[in-house]
Amino acid sequence: MDYFLITTSLLKILGILFVIILPMVSYTIYAERRVSAFIQDRVGPNRVGPAGLFQPVADIAKLLFKEDFSPRNANTFYYWLAPCLALIPAIVTFAVVPFGSTLFGVPMVIADINVGILFVFAIASLGVYGIVLGGWASNSKYPFLGGVRSSSQMISYELSLGLAVIPIFLVVGQLRLTDVVRYQIDHGWMIAPFLGDWTNPAKWLLAIPMLVSFVVFSVAIFAETNRLPFDLPEAEQELAGGYNTEYSSMKFGLFFLGEYAAMITGSAIVVTLFFGAWHLPIPSWHGGFHWALIDGSGDGWRGILGGLFNIATFFAKVAVLLFVFIWVRWTLPRFRYDQLMRLGWVFFFEIALVNIFITAIILAYYPA
Amino acid sequence: MSPFLFWIFAGLMLVFGAGVVLNRNPVASALSLVVSFLGLAALFMSLDAYFIGIIQVLVYAGAVMVLFLFIIMLLDLRAEKLRKINWLASAGGIAVAVALSVQILYVIGNFRFSQQPFPPLARSTVDDVHHVGSLLFENYNLPFQIIGVLVLVATIGVVVLSKRELR
Amino acid sequence: MSVCVSRPKLNWRERIYLPAIVGGMAITIKHLKNMLLGRTKVTIQYPEQTLDSEMPEHYRGAPALVRDTDGRVRCVACQLCEFICPPRAIKIVAGEIPPTDRFAKVEKYPAEFDIDMIRCIFCGMCEEVCPEQAIYLRKDYAITGFTREEMVHHKDKLLEIGGVMHGVILKWNEKK
Repeated sequence: MDYFLITTSLLKILGILFVIILPMVSYTIYAERRVSAFIQDRVGPNRVGPAGLFQPVADIAKLLFKEDFSPRNANTFYYWLAPCLALIPAIVTFAVVPFGSTLFGVPMVIADINVGILFVFAIASLGVYGIVLGGWASNSKYPFLGGVRSSSQMISYELSLGLAVIPIFLVVGQLRLTDVVRYQIDHGWMIAPFLGDWTNPAKWLLAIPMLVSFVVFSVAIFAETNRLPFDLPEAEQELAGGYNTEYSSMKFGLFFLGEYAAMITGSAIVVTLFFGAWHLPIPSWHGGFHWALIDGSGDGWRGILGGLFNIATFFAKVAVLLFVFIWVRWTLPRFRYDQLMRLGWVFFFEIALVNIFITAIILAYYPA
Repeated sequence: MSPFLFWIFAGLMLVFGAGVVLNRNPVASALSLVVSFLGLAALFMSLDAYFIGIIQVLVYAGAVMVLFLFIIMLLDLRAEKLRKINWLASAGGIAVAVALSVQILYVIGNFRFSQQPFPPLARSTVDDVHHVGSLLFENYNLPFQIIGVLVLVATIGVVVLSKRELR
Repeated sequence: MSVCVSRPKLNWRERIYLPAIVGGMAITIKHLKNMLLGRTKVTIQYPEQTLDSEMPEHYRGAPALVRDTDGRVRCVACQLCEFICPPRAIKIVAGEIPPTDRFAKVEKYPAEFDIDMIRCIFCGMCEEVCPEQAIYLRKDYAITGFTREEMVHHKDKLLEIGGVMHGVILKWNEKK
């Protein structure tokens, strides 16, 4: 038994879950309320603590102490199971995301498996069970419609999601997410060809399909996490809250946490695939212009600071993407259901397929 | 792979596999099948076949079973719950299952390798994803392409069927 | 009769949505920016900031009974307000003024005067109908309570809110 591996893995899991993801989820909810208020020329929650910064604590206390109500005709076992199933996949997906370089010589990724991105898709596709079951077990019409919508929507958009990342793996040649990061450190971020070896013309040519990939992937992530403009499963105006209509108290809270955790995980995947994960190039003029790399490989406090800096960089990028999520939500109206399906099957699916061909052709002429 | 984990996941698979048959509620059956698939995926992974394991989860648990669940919920199968158990048919089914198990046990009992401990597996030197990829695209390229065409034909067939006006 | 609404024909720029999406995002980020820079005027922060000083003269807040400069409760328990009150929030129990009193000729006074502030709709009809200029709508608007009983304003409370009214006709005083 490799006790060192087990201990560090446990520490990483606990750290990522309780120090980063859960606080980040609660503050994303706070940011959602604050940013939406600002966009609509309101003030937003500003009572609890300075500028309302302790609002998440109050929210959670409220959710915990509310009456936990179950409808009489609900299927109790599945009714209880659904919120857990909604939260778990969102968090488990984070296991393969490289959220930092190294800290004390330990790589900052919980499970560096060779099928990283497939793992992400596999676990993320399980997230739909929570929503479908929640809708079905509530034994009520609106939640049921929400659940049915969710299942068909997720299956449709998983296709574009999967096809959109194939160009990246054609370029990198590995499914392991740390290899993707390593490639981006050596050759520049996927959608920013001016970093890394910017003199290579193939890089600039490849940036076009990468940009298309990025757009398709981000849109599919929006649909996967049920965010506006694709929030058909919850659609307050038509379905009265959708799959979580009949839920109250912390069971509703778990659905809520699951949705925001899925957002964070989705952003983390986008950052890993397209924005160079924890990598932040610093321009340097020592001995000619080049991009300097900061990571946790230095000795002593330099290494520790570098590792912490990488982790901070990663989550700063994630936070920027989360802001975009919120920004889009409070700008765009919801798609109609047939438009959503049309967009997924007729538009993004084809774009992603053509994109794979273009990337393959470019790679055939300029082997990386 | 510790035998402890093997027994956990094998047990999980068997229990939930039985659950698929025994549950009267179709949704519960479908979910049992999902758990069973997850157990199978874990067994694959414990054999270092990460690719197959993940694909198992991605395709079966993540896509096929969601569609199943979707259909089951839309149809709202109440008839299954109300139907009486046909004891004669169940007895026949159990008899077939027992006969099959006895046959398998007999064959395994007479199999030469089952008498001795299995030699430890060699550590794989090649990435299993690469291995699958190179096998598919080098040794079995033609069958792979033919399957691709077959799937395409099936897709077009479904589109044609669903587009036809109902009369 | 059904009306067929013809959908507008979109050109290709409108059909790919993207220019419209970018335009919308620009608008929302502009609002966010203006809010962060403090250029947007927002609503007042109520408990800390109030508009009490800018309240208009005709503001209709809590109804209240007033005394005149002689210290007399002006209400004569005629019950017109009780009658006119649309939500029937007012309840008056009339009492008789003892003959020894200076204002004995008024004959009636309100022994009890309750206004249920849960029912009151601040319409001001009581003030309008009162022949004695005894009930006025003042500028109190934050009327709160933990129980329904607390929300009923009794006579003492009403007089406390009302205070003394100057410049009203003192028709019951003796003519000199």
